[in-house]
Formats: sequence, C-alpha cells, structure tokens
Amino acid sequence: MSASAALIAPRGLDRVQNLLWWLPRAAILGALAFVIFGPLANLLLWTVAERWYFPHALPIDYGFSYWGRVFAPRGNALQSLVASISIAFFTVAGSLALAIPAGYALARLRLPFRGLVLLAFLLPQAFPNLPVYVNIARLFYEIRLNGTVLGVVLVHVTHGLVYAVWIAAAAFSAVDRDLELAARNLGASGLKAFADVTLPLAAPGLMASAIFVFLESLDEFTGSYFVGAPDVTTLPLLLYSAGAGGNYQIASITALLLLVPSIAFMLVVEKFLRTDVLAKVGQ
Amino acid sequence: MARLLGPLLISPALIVILLLFMVPLAASVIGAFEVEGAYGLGNFTKAYDFYTQDIVFTAVIVGLSTVLTGLLAIAIGGYLTLGENPAAVAILRWLYRWPMFIPFIVVGQVLRTFLAKSGLFNSTLVTLGLLDPLSATSYLDWRGVVVAFVWKQTPFVALMVAGAMASLDRGTIEAARNLGASRLRILVEIVVPQVATTLLVGLVLSFVTMMGVLTVPLMINAQAPTMITADIAFRLSTYRDYGVANALGLISLAISSVAAWFYLRINMRQGR
Repeated sequence: MSASAALIAPRGLDRVQNLLWWLPRAAILGALAFVIFGPLANLLLWTVAERWYFPHALPIDYGFSYWGRVFAPRGNALQSLVASISIAFFTVAGSLALAIPAGYALARLRLPFRGLVLLAFLLPQAFPNLPVYVNIARLFYEIRLNGTVLGVVLVHVTHGLVYAVWIAAAAFSAVDRDLELAARNLGASGLKAFADVTLPLAAPGLMASAIFVFLESLDEFTGSYFVGAPDVTTLPLLLYSAGAGGNYQIASITALLLLVPSIAFMLVVEKFLRTDVLAKVGQ
Repeated sequence: MARLLGPLLISPALIVILLLFMVPLAASVIGAFEVEGAYGLGNFTKAYDFYTQDIVFTAVIVGLSTVLTGLLAIAIGGYLTLGENPAAVAILRWLYRWPMFIPFIVVGQVLRTFLAKSGLFNSTLVTLGLLDPLSATSYLDWRGVVVAFVWKQTPFVALMVAGAMASLDRGTIEAARNLGASRLRILVEIVVPQVATTLLVGLVLSFVTMMGVLTVPLMINAQAPTMITADIAFRLSTYRDYGVANALGLISLAISSVAAWFYLRINMRQGR
C-alpha cells in the first residue's frame, strides 16, 4: 500500500507542478494580451462613446450618433472614403499594368543587371521617404499635379511597385514552364500562350500582389499629405485632422474603417500566397 | 529582337522609379546645399542651430525602440522555439502578430487614446488598485513614441526571428538540454548567435522605417523636443522652407545609413 502510494506521489506532484507553471504563464500572456488588445478596445469604445471624460474609466453615454455624422451624405468622411478607395483602385491598376510585363521579364527573359533592377524597386520601401516626398511635392507643384488625384496615385504607385513587381515575378517563376512550351508546341503564339496559360496560372500570385498594393495605398499618409492635402483628402488625412481637432470619435471611427480591410485582406492574402510563390519572392 | 524584349518590358516600371524616386532624391541632396541661388552649407548651419536637440532626440528614441524591439522579438521567438507547453506556445503564436497588420497612422490614434491621462491604460491600473487616480499622468511624450514604435515593429522582427529559429538544427539544442543547460542559456548562447544575421536585417529595416514615420510623432508627441520628420513637415507647411527641409532630410538619411553601414560590416565579416 505504502509502496504504491510512493509510486503515485511523484506523478501527482509533477502534475501539480505543471499546473502551478500556468500561474506565471497566464500572468505574462494576460499582460501581453492586455498590451495588444487594450489599445484596440480603447479605440472601439471611442467609436461608440457619446460622452467620455476624466476621471470616468468608461464612457458615460453610448450611442451611434457619430457614425451617423461620419456617414451623412454631406459629411467629409464619405467623400474621403470614396477618394481613398478610388485612389487605391487606380493605384492597383497602374501598378499591375507596370508590374505584369516587368514581372514576366524578370521571371522568364534574359536581363542585364537583373539584381540591380530588383533592388531599384525595393529602394522606395527601404529608404526614408520624407526627403523624396518634399521634392515630389515641389516638382508636382510646378507641373500642376499637386492636389490632384493623379498626383497622389503616382506617388502611391511608386511606393507599391516593390510588392507588385517582386510578387508578380515570383508568381510567374512559380508557373511550370513546360505548360507554356506545350501550348507553343500545339501552335499557340507567344502572346496567346501567355494570355491562355501563363497569366491564369499566375493569377493567384498577382491577386496577392494587388491586395498588398491596395492596402499600402489605403494606409499611406506621408505622400498623400505632401502631395494631396488639402485638396485631396484620403481617410488617413481625415483621421489625422479629426484627431488634431480633438474629435476622438470621428478619428476612431475612421481608424476602424482603415483597420477592417487591413486585417480582413491580410487573412485573405494568406490563402492567395502559396508557399511555392513565397519561396521565389526576391529571387 | 528577343534580347531587347526583356529590357523593353521592364522599362516602364523602371522609368517610374527613376522619375518619381531617384530624381526627387537627387533633387533633395542638391537642394540641401542650395542657399538663395548659390551653393553653401547655410541650410545645415540653420538646421544645426534650430534642431540639434531634435536630431539627438530622434537618434536616441529610434535607437532605444530598436533595442527594445530586438529584445522582445528574441523573447517571443525564443519562447516559440524552446517553449515546452504546446498550449502556451499556441496562444503566444496567435497573440503576438496582431499589431503588424495595423497601419502606423492607426497605431498613432489607438495609442494616443490608450496612453492618455484618462485612457484605458491608466484606468485599468486604477481599477486594479495599482495606481492612485490623482497620480495618473499622460504618457504622450517620448515614452508614447517608444511604445508606439515597439508595439508596431516587434511582431515583424519576431516573425522573421522565429522563422529563422524554427529552421535551426535541433540537434545542438537537444544536446545542450541533455547536458543540463537552462533554456535561457540555450537561447543566449546557442540560438541567438545563429539567427544574428536575420535579427540584424529585421532591426535595420525597423530602424529605417521608424526614421521615416511622420504620423506617430505628430499624433503622440507634438511638443518639443520632437522628431526630425515632424520638423520637416513644420518647415514646409509653415515656412515653405525647402532648403532646411532638405537638409533635415539628408541628416535623417545619414542617421539611417549609419544603421545600414553597421549591418553591412557585420554581414561582410560573416562572409569572410
């Protein structure tokens, strides 16, 4: 009897020890969860807070009246939302129009200085952009592109090209070359083989690059600020000016509008970005 | 013809980069030395007189944020690799990535409300009895900027580091464990040295990104001293002073290139 108890006891002790370990783990993970989701919860509270001031820990009145104001037909917000989304669509169209031929050339054709070319597209992402925006603004001012949608789109395209070109090149690289050759053997022209075989097979990768460019354009602030403001107001610019004016409800609702596509698309992108494409990015 | 097709297909995209990135960048370098039609160092002496404090502030804040980001990324990556409880590892893996998907401008707005005197951070501490309501202060100064940078950049670096750690040879780690080494010692002496290059690449990218962010200093730390980016915006919007703005831009580029040089040196020493 005592012998079997002695055999069982260490195992029970083990289990107790294991359970006790959850105390520090839960404390650390809980603190981390608070640090990550606390600020987001604070944002959500502000979107439905009618009145909230110090020293109240939570809003005094809740309601959706600010949502009504944001989405009122005469509200500036709706206009900024439309501007932001149309700029993002134009940016995607422009980037892909440039990136599809460039990506195909990088993946399939012989190019001198291929590494340097790939690097050139990375520069606008990897460099601090402020000095560049300052001078683009000056340049655009002279040719009257400042304060126009086209001007903002051009800045966004430059910034988004690295995703567009690098991912497009990877997507084309991942397409099995034998399928193209088979189409050519059956008598398809180069262009027809590209349109009927290569392009559809590369489509999921191109879709992923379009999503990256779209999000990049939607979230871009600094370039839009120097080139677009005050004539073209995008959502980030509205968020900034609402926050600077002390209207935390409008700023928070705008921030939420920006957040939803960011997180939703990121989840979608994981589906589109296949590992065979990912493995070829930047090669 | 076939030889020309590649360059032909790629040239439209390259021309856009050339016209809208390289040319303005060159204009910025030239413009920094331009004073009323002549060339000189006037813009730099002005920048030095007005903004020395802000330049030092920027370098210190971004440097501190980079160090903290690196330490947290190692801690997260280390636990994901060496953690023994699958449930805790799974929770951490799900948890840590969220801020990565959030744009900087939203980070600025979210943390501005969270870290304010009456924000949820203080009120949670008060509710828990850890803070006296009367001694609550706002964190919207240099601390807010550091928190915002670390909050946003840690997941990105942690993701890179955790990926590199996962592809390490488990043999040496198991051997060290069998010899009785603690997990902390394995992390510091075996795991981190092997992923040092990946860690450095992530940190250099983070450093450069933080140097260029305009929204966070504008939204969280509007008082002096502030960051170079905010000064550039102010120089332009208030004075239309392109010369000093370009000089400040060049100084910011110089600070970033110190980080890049540091990275290249370590990279080359490894290659030898």
